[in-house]
Amino acid sequence: MDLTYSPAERAFQTDVREFLAENLPPALSRKVNARGELTKDDMERWHAILNARGWLAGPWPKAFGGQGWGPIEQHIFEEECCLAGAPRIVPFGLKMLGPVLMKFGTPEQQATYLPRILDGTDWWCQGYSEPGAGSDLASLKTRAERDGDDYVINGQKTWTTLGQHANRIFCLVRTKADGKPQEGISFVLVDLDTPGIEMRPIRLIEGGHEVNEVFFTDVRVPVTNRVGAENEGWTIAKFLLGHERTNIAGVGFSVQALEQVKQLAGKVMRGGKPLIQNTLFAARLARIEAELDAMKITNLRMLARAAQGGRLGAVPSMLKIKGTEIRQAINDLARRALGPAAAPFPSEDLDGNLPIAPEGHAHHAASYFNNRKISIYGGSNEIQRNILAKGMMQR
Amino acid sequence: MNFEMSDDRRMLAETMRRYLSEQYGWEHRLRVAYTAPYHDPQKWTGIAGLGIFYALVGEDRGGMGGAGFDIAVIFEELGRALCPEPLLGAVMAARLLSAAGAPLTDLLSGDQRYAVAIGELDAPYDLDGITCTAEDGGDGWRLTGRKSVVYGGGVADRLLVAARAEERLALFDVAADDADLRPYPMIDGGPAAELLLDGAKAKLLIADATSALTDALDWGALALTAEALGAMETTYAMLLDYLGTRKQFGQPIGAFQALQHRAVDLAIEIEQARSIVILAASAMAGPDQAKRVAQAKHLVGRIARTVAEEAIQMHGGIAMTWEYPVSHYAKRLVMIDHQLGDTDHHLERLIEQLQTG
Ligand SMILES: Cc1cc2nc3c(=O)[nH]c(=O)nc-3n(C[C@H](O)[C@H](O)[C@H](O)COP(=O)(O)OP(=O)(O)OC[C@H]3O[C@@H](n4cnc5c(N)ncnc54)[C@H](O)[C@@H]3O)c2cc1C
Repeated sequence: MDLTYSPAERAFQTDVREFLAENLPPALSRKVNARGELTKDDMERWHAILNARGWLAGPWPKAFGGQGWGPIEQHIFEEECCLAGAPRIVPFGLKMLGPVLMKFGTPEQQATYLPRILDGTDWWCQGYSEPGAGSDLASLKTRAERDGDDYVINGQKTWTTLGQHANRIFCLVRTKADGKPQEGISFVLVDLDTPGIEMRPIRLIEGGHEVNEVFFTDVRVPVTNRVGAENEGWTIAKFLLGHERTNIAGVGFSVQALEQVKQLAGKVMRGGKPLIQNTLFAARLARIEAELDAMKITNLRMLARAAQGGRLGAVPSMLKIKGTEIRQAINDLARRALGPAAAPFPSEDLDGNLPIAPEGHAHHAASYFNNRKISIYGGSNEIQRNILAKGMMQR
Repeated sequence: MNFEMSDDRRMLAETMRRYLSEQYGWEHRLRVAYTAPYHDPQKWTGIAGLGIFYALVGEDRGGMGGAGFDIAVIFEELGRALCPEPLLGAVMAARLLSAAGAPLTDLLSGDQRYAVAIGELDAPYDLDGITCTAEDGGDGWRLTGRKSVVYGGGVADRLLVAARAEERLALFDVAADDADLRPYPMIDGGPAAELLLDGAKAKLLIADATSALTDALDWGALALTAEALGAMETTYAMLLDYLGTRKQFGQPIGAFQALQHRAVDLAIEIEQARSIVILAASAMAGPDQAKRVAQAKHLVGRIARTVAEEAIQMHGGIAMTWEYPVSHYAKRLVMIDHQLGDTDHHLERLIEQLQTG
């Protein structure tokens, strides 16, 4: 048993650290650590910095402009980025569509779209969910009907994350009305400038604009924009679900957030002492730290298995459930640590003029509420439990 | 034994409920809770016009209520409607002014709005840590220091401020015009403010105010637990409704046992919350007041958060949106635990009471 990285992995970790120390703009990491809202420019700036180093798409094969990283390198990279307060890589092009195109796309589609993901020409968003199709994704109703060389798309997508910044959307659409619902779905690429598309913002619980609704009225898309065969979209959707799973536990986010809570608890006062000296609060912190340290090892055990080519089966579902629970528990602690100072509606004016929370900690209540999403999206924790139960009971 | 509300209190509840449902519609609530002054002064006057404030004190003080249950009934209704009117200050001020033997006429008629400023940045929940100071400079008392997150602070006419006068914790009355107030909305809506005092003129109300302040905090905490109870009941009703109507996989999501059991657990928790609020309300002004209030605020702090988190989770994405009321109820339910002592603070009070016998 050896719980440490190999010398080569450690060397890579050092490289990543040095790169981040030199290239991550402090203004960006301050914003990320303070849970501020990142602008489109912020995200594009960071993508460009990573792309210049060739690390934007580390796990992509070299032939497509990546580094061919395995799961462990990918994990090291993502963890270091979290700890340094780097903006999260927007996943829709890099982690979702990219791998789909490499596996199912035509050479033309690969040549057209992959470079545009890397250089930032295209910002993709994900058009899966619909008002009536959430957990039961296969019940989606947005239809695409053949008309000559085009599909004509009608329907509605929703929850489209960062769609307001995107110029393209990949969608699951219904191309066959009868038969099993899973068997009539296709995967199509849509330019958001096409006539007939309307995007409207959805405001989230804490007030931010992060998701959208997208309406399609007689939207014409060339049939050549379909990825994979007609009515085989569900296979692609399942491939995608099974694909990007290394960071599913979000351990790096948790480690960074817990560090922040510790710092905060050393600053804020309760009963004449720093909060960290308060037994009840310290107990909450110690409990979560133990959970998180266990989670780190669980995560590494799974990574080691994946790196050796082992099958993960339903294991990622476990990581998602426990990982999101831990993240949310840490968000709860950060909010709680602030006491009444968590109450103000987060607004830049207020922060600047008259700080109430310690510097960099004004958004803890907002991000606690916002992060209730992580146990809902990407397959809710209930759906993950169903998957696990199914896997275990059938054995 | 009788757990029925008296007719008077039932009427009080119905009056509040009717007024709020007719006058404080959801769209209206959303707008005023987040737009300066973060409440609706006209509706405040409307509530005063119903005579609600007279229920805050007993007949000896010119009111017609003043029992724990009077406060609980009013705040349960406020919670049910998620009403951001800052009545908390009135409850606490009524106790403090009564303790001071000061007139309550303006408070009861609603002509003067009161906010109570106790907590500070470095002493959010404890009286011992208060550093705001009072000095008698010959021409009257002057206060210096900062009070943080004063509920209703920006919209009050008068502020009752806890400050240290030499060794003792005293209570002062400050006119809002004499103070520097920086108002803002809370994340769950409704008004709060930072109160900056730099030699502000003040009138001494109580020279040794520790026990009066502790008592006012208890009454405020009772009000908040009742408000949470009302908000939990509305949230739960919306959850049940949604579980019955939202369909996935060809059936209502409420047909999934994984959700049924969790919904049932919430119902059990909410019953517990109701009982502890009843117990606390019945103990007010009696020997067990401190213990019962601490138990109630401790339990309700935990339960309200559970209800908020579970209600969001069992709804799915829709409850993450600003447009769907559950998100706002959830914010209130969680943030109530940040007012007047959180679940841990009140647990500490209970531990201390246990250990000192
Ligand atoms: C902030 C945010 C961002 C998102 N971004 C995107 C995006 O970019 N693109 C995109 O396509 N989608 C996105 N989603 C949508 C997300 O994937 C869905 O919210 C998710 O699939 C759940 O669907 P739903 O919200 O309709 O809830 P529902 O499916 O209606 O579920 C409601 C509740 O029922 C439970 N439930 C459902 N079925 C079962 C069952 N069989 N057994 C037990 N419990 C069950 C759920 O777990 C949940 O608790 C986003 C969502 C959010 C909140």
